[in-house]
Amino acid sequence: MSEEPPISDTVVSSEKLQVVPKNRVGVRENVFADQVFRGFVILCALAVLAIVGLIFFELVSQSRLSISKFGLSFLKKQIWDPVAEDFGALPFVYGTVVSSLLGLLIAVPLSIGTALFITEICPGRLRPVLSLLVELLAAIPSVIYGLWGIFVLAPFLRLHVQPFLATYFGWTGLFSGPKYGWGMLAAGCIIAIMILPIIASITREVIMAVPRVQREAALALGATKWEMLRMAVLRNARPGIFGATILGLGRALGETMAVTMVIGNRPEIAKSLFAPGYTLASAIANEFTEAVGNVYFSALMEMALVLFVITLIVNALAVLLVWSITRGMPSRSLA
Amino acid sequence: MPKANHTTSLRRRLSNGLALGLITMAALIVTVPLFLILGTVVQRGLGSLNWAFLTQIPKPIGEEGGGMGNAIAGSMLLLGFASLIGIPLGIGAGVFLAEYGRNKFGNVVRFTADALNGVPSVVIGMTAWALVVVPQKHFSLISGSVALGIMMIPVISRTTEQVLLLVPHTIREAALGLGIPKWRTIVSVVLRTASAGIVTSIMLAFARIAGESAPLIFTAFGNEFWNMSPNQPVASLPLQIYKYAIQPYEQAHAQAWTAALVLITMIVLTVVFVRFVVSRGAIKGAS
Repeated sequence: MSEEPPISDTVVSSEKLQVVPKNRVGVRENVFADQVFRGFVILCALAVLAIVGLIFFELVSQSRLSISKFGLSFLKKQIWDPVAEDFGALPFVYGTVVSSLLGLLIAVPLSIGTALFITEICPGRLRPVLSLLVELLAAIPSVIYGLWGIFVLAPFLRLHVQPFLATYFGWTGLFSGPKYGWGMLAAGCIIAIMILPIIASITREVIMAVPRVQREAALALGATKWEMLRMAVLRNARPGIFGATILGLGRALGETMAVTMVIGNRPEIAKSLFAPGYTLASAIANEFTEAVGNVYFSALMEMALVLFVITLIVNALAVLLVWSITRGMPSRSLA
Repeated sequence: MPKANHTTSLRRRLSNGLALGLITMAALIVTVPLFLILGTVVQRGLGSLNWAFLTQIPKPIGEEGGGMGNAIAGSMLLLGFASLIGIPLGIGAGVFLAEYGRNKFGNVVRFTADALNGVPSVVIGMTAWALVVVPQKHFSLISGSVALGIMMIPVISRTTEQVLLLVPHTIREAALGLGIPKWRTIVSVVLRTASAGIVTSIMLAFARIAGESAPLIFTAFGNEFWNMSPNQPVASLPLQIYKYAIQPYEQAHAQAWTAALVLITMIVLTVVFVRFVVSRGAIKGAS
């Protein structure tokens, strides 16, 4: 696809040759207007770059105090003491990573299953309905997930799921201690529900991108439907599914309100998933307006910086992976 | 056993059935939380939904009645001011990507937009805080709108790019062939043709930011009263839900559910509208 339309080329070159007929008034003005318009949209594009740069710059400059005071130990310490103005982000990083991985663990198999169902099994008429349902799941605001998490999911976990897990899997050490309902497990479940749609919709698209002949070849060789899906579809779609997973991880790491409402908000590192935890994002949301003292502010800012850098890396990785499958035309569902 | 060559072995048939069963089950499980959440929101929210809820301001805890009229208006205002930032920049960047961005610089912008899309909203909120609240020295509607506006840009620009690319090249060539300058072709022909798609992209961005509460905590902050001034703190539905949900009062919880019902209705209507426009073929193949 040639993008520069030929007409503007001829206008420019004819102008250079000074053969613009006098009666064609406005050519010069049009060339000028074209350049103004082009400049405007380039400015808009530059704004996107500028915003990301500005975010980074603001976060660094606001957290300078904390960076200079704690240095690298900020990421290694487990202390969170606003009174003594001593801060370490390790429990928050731990909480962020563990809750996100827990969410992925639940969401990825379900998403792949859903994507396969929508593309390969589901009868044609049901397909748009199911896609709409998944899309709606993505449209529910975080704070409503949190509301539901507090009043519905947490009591359900406390009364039904946690006793079961404690009885049969308590020996692993992952499911022991007091059963509040809310805590790391609840956060993982909520995150899973929230990232399901994004992983499922991108997986669906990479699965649909697998050429039809691949499927037909597998079936012609006598494969059952599942063998065809496994050997022809999933194998080809694997990098894309991995990209979708990483993108889901990026979402999970930055998930704020719902997690804040169910994770318990206690900066501790506990082995048990029943125990409360804290994440970088929820600490910022919870404490920022109440923070007193420059160091406290600055420490929260540095946590935002850590979160920003982590999600930027994770997202960059995911975008590159998905691009490699869809050939530079990332899907709308990236949104 | 020559017969075995003609029929699929029992083991393969079993694993086939099992796998297909599991896949179907996964799809069923995924829809369960949606119905549970929507069901709970309707069931618990419908009770306090009345005209007063939509039009009045909150009453102090303990008093019956009161509503979230100010929060609903606040959310609209936030969306409105955010649109002033998000829509022009988003569409502009989208036009750039589709019409001038088939090159390395375009890829950089594309990549950055996708990265910006993945930046947690709470981090964008902090940036808006540092940019607007700190110099202003107080929370304000406008700072919240800056945060939400920034979040709109990547959604609108990437979707706009996609719908513009769907406009057939021949239409552009026809316009250019008539001697219409390129900018005019883009504005009056390409954007016009894709207008339904661009509306869709704006609606998608609305659906995305209408429910955002994290960046508003330390920008728009919240307000118990009506506020229309861009320089004052303003209430918003999502933040009000959060504040009421973490209070220990039954009555506040009931109000939170009702607010959730109102918010979710607004968002679901938007999403369904988008779906409707897309399926009507106004922008063929854009979905």
